[in-house]
Amino acid sequence: MTNLHAALGGTGAIARFARAPGPDGRRGGATDVYLDHAATTPMLPEALDAMIEELARTGNPSSLHNAGRRARRVVEESRELIAEVFGARPSEVIFTSGGTEADNLAVKGLYWARQGRRGGPRRPRVLATATEHHAVLDSARWLGDHEGAQVEWLGVDHEGRLDAGVLRAAIERDPSAVALVSVMWANNEVGTIQPVGELAQVAGEHEIPFHSDAVQAAGQVPVGLAASGATALTISAHKLGGPVGVGALLIARGEDPVPVLHGGGQERDVRSGTLDAAAIRGFAVAAELAEQRRAEQAVRLARLRDRLIDRVRKAVPGAILNGPDPSAPAAAGQRLPGNAHFSFPGCEGDALLMLLDARGIACSTGSACTAGIAQPSHVLIAMGADAARARGSLRFTLGHSSTQADVDALAAVIGEVVERARRAGR
Amino acid sequence: MSALRVLAAMSGGVDSAVAAARAADAGHEVTAVHLALAPRPASRRTGARGCCTLEDARDARRAADVIGIPFYVWDLAERFDAEVVQDFVAEYARGNTPNPCLRCNERIKFAAVLDRALALGFDAVCTGHHARLEPGGPGRVRLARSADRAKDQSYVLAVLTGRQLSHAIFPLGGSTKAQVRAEAARRGLAVAAKPDSHDVCFIPDGDTRGFLRARLGAAPGPVVDPGGRVIGSHEGSYGFTIGQRRGLGLAAPAADGRPRYVLDIEPATRTVQVGPAEALEVRQISAVRPVWSGCDPPTGPLEADVQLRAHGETYPATCWPADGGAALRIGLRRPARGVARGQAVVIYDGDLVLGSAVITATAR
Repeated sequence: MTNLHAALGGTGAIARFARAPGPDGRRGGATDVYLDHAATTPMLPEALDAMIEELARTGNPSSLHNAGRRARRVVEESRELIAEVFGARPSEVIFTSGGTEADNLAVKGLYWARQGRRGGPRRPRVLATATEHHAVLDSARWLGDHEGAQVEWLGVDHEGRLDAGVLRAAIERDPSAVALVSVMWANNEVGTIQPVGELAQVAGEHEIPFHSDAVQAAGQVPVGLAASGATALTISAHKLGGPVGVGALLIARGEDPVPVLHGGGQERDVRSGTLDAAAIRGFAVAAELAEQRRAEQAVRLARLRDRLIDRVRKAVPGAILNGPDPSAPAAAGQRLPGNAHFSFPGCEGDALLMLLDARGIACSTGSACTAGIAQPSHVLIAMGADAARARGSLRFTLGHSSTQADVDALAAVIGEVVERARRAGR
Repeated sequence: MSALRVLAAMSGGVDSAVAAARAADAGHEVTAVHLALAPRPASRRTGARGCCTLEDARDARRAADVIGIPFYVWDLAERFDAEVVQDFVAEYARGNTPNPCLRCNERIKFAAVLDRALALGFDAVCTGHHARLEPGGPGRVRLARSADRAKDQSYVLAVLTGRQLSHAIFPLGGSTKAQVRAEAARRGLAVAAKPDSHDVCFIPDGDTRGFLRARLGAAPGPVVDPGGRVIGSHEGSYGFTIGQRRGLGLAAPAADGRPRYVLDIEPATRTVQVGPAEALEVRQISAVRPVWSGCDPPTGPLEADVQLRAHGETYPATCWPADGGAALRIGLRRPARGVARGQAVVIYDGDLVLGSAVITATAR
């Protein structure tokens, strides 16, 4: 053992991690103020414990022996729990590696399933809002580029909402040619909540499958498969206090998406791959706790979020809140409780992010997937913002570990940071 | 030295990684940025060319992780295209031979990046250039050659003003490239053995002529000898550089059987003139836009050494200010060959850079 470690020396993974100064590369540094829960939120301690306990055990849920049966039981109990939380039957839960895979399976799988292989009609139309997450956006685009789909982007209003009338008009141009409709439950950038029930009903009138990416909504607002009338919902564990790397597609019984991953035939042949019992258990524990605490948490986060909006507006009078304004009575229930998203005219978002990061405050210029090279947000563009306003934007998202001290820490520096970023210009 | 807030430009190569590490070791508060300069970066490097692929960005990020400094990507693709790439194309179209690295230092690294850094509260920009900065009297730093003469990059930095240099940090100037690589390995930086980049970073396949043709179109014209006799044709005068010997596309050899070189390029008539090597020799150089970072602007003749291209030799010369300081006339004490318009003339006092200017004309 000693020899092995010596042999690994400075090049081994253990030594390398040991040398790293900290999880974020910061040397020493102040306690971080984490305002990026929409990117990922800390695991709930109960979920972490449950997952670690399961990680220490052996057993492939597909194996027939005792170890396999034990792991299978963990998976099935977790499936039942998740089904209950999201108003679905256990058989309607398909575990995936996360939100992206579930979105790919829904969009591509439902599209293919609707192409009438045995002489049935071809349905080339795919309808989705222009503000979808890239997992839906790019899956639909891919179908357009490679499978002959006609993708139609549904317009949203200046707050990011899709009007049911817009969807109805789009469908009715040629209802029988529509393969599926995909509209996210809540937007990952600006937090706008779509009228999913109303939209699902419109699609349902024409018996068109309706998928909704509910990754940001799950655990924040009531999300139910049966109650919403949706055909399929995407859920991700790490946005509600579970581990990264696991999620689910909830899909109504009777719908048979064509698989994207082929192999051992797990998950009713819809999604092959060894089931990750530990992650699934962590997912289930987190989902159950998030649901139990949801109502209370939503009130607390909305209050914190309103304080954040108020303090930022006072510190930066020119700041523009993107998405529904929670202080407007008409906007009640139209925005995720933990989301605040601003444009700071005259600033570049990545300069603001860097200056806040240097002060120990973590936020985002958009979805983490596009972080790196700044591109104007397609969400804000679809909402009618110009490229400059889209580039000068920041998202602050709160979650279960957020406190008033976090909000006040941001409020204390945002004025000076915006001032500096403005001087740095464009 | 008191601690500074330093912005380290990290290309993903070994030099900028070690430079950032040294700046951090010196006690500065260092933040890394990788400059995304290509509008649609290729995913991988091909050979030793280019420096703006996603793989390079990842290498830079990993180096910053190991050093333990924050890392960001700054997208300067639009600015780079406007200031460097367009200028590169326009200069060739004018019959000149631009140096895009020099232009990038002048307009991007020590202008766009430096200005943004200063506005954001940084004190200095740190790069992995092989050059030294020396105290040059009150409030002045002076640029000098690297301890590694073969890797010296003072030529492409000589265009910087005293103000720009006063906000620059070049931690590698006292080291050889071999020492830098050894140090990178010691520090556990994965880029320790990464090949050096060469050539023009935005022409990854190295085909400058093809790159220019795609942007300027075919512009065929005659190739003439010094007597004006047409001896061949070409597809665009922008594909040539004064002093160039290969790729002239001439069918018949010269009457005397000796190699021929490009002597002059006239874009207006699309004429490329070729002739023997000795016809390339020049002793008189005119240059404009002088920058004097290492001394006060001279008011009379200045005896110095001049360098006429990157990694070229130096020539003893006399420099006279002209046009009220807006231009320079340079007399070389021995002739130089293949001096191209658009290149910089850099004026040295020993290893010290006094200044630079852009070559506009030459004479025998």
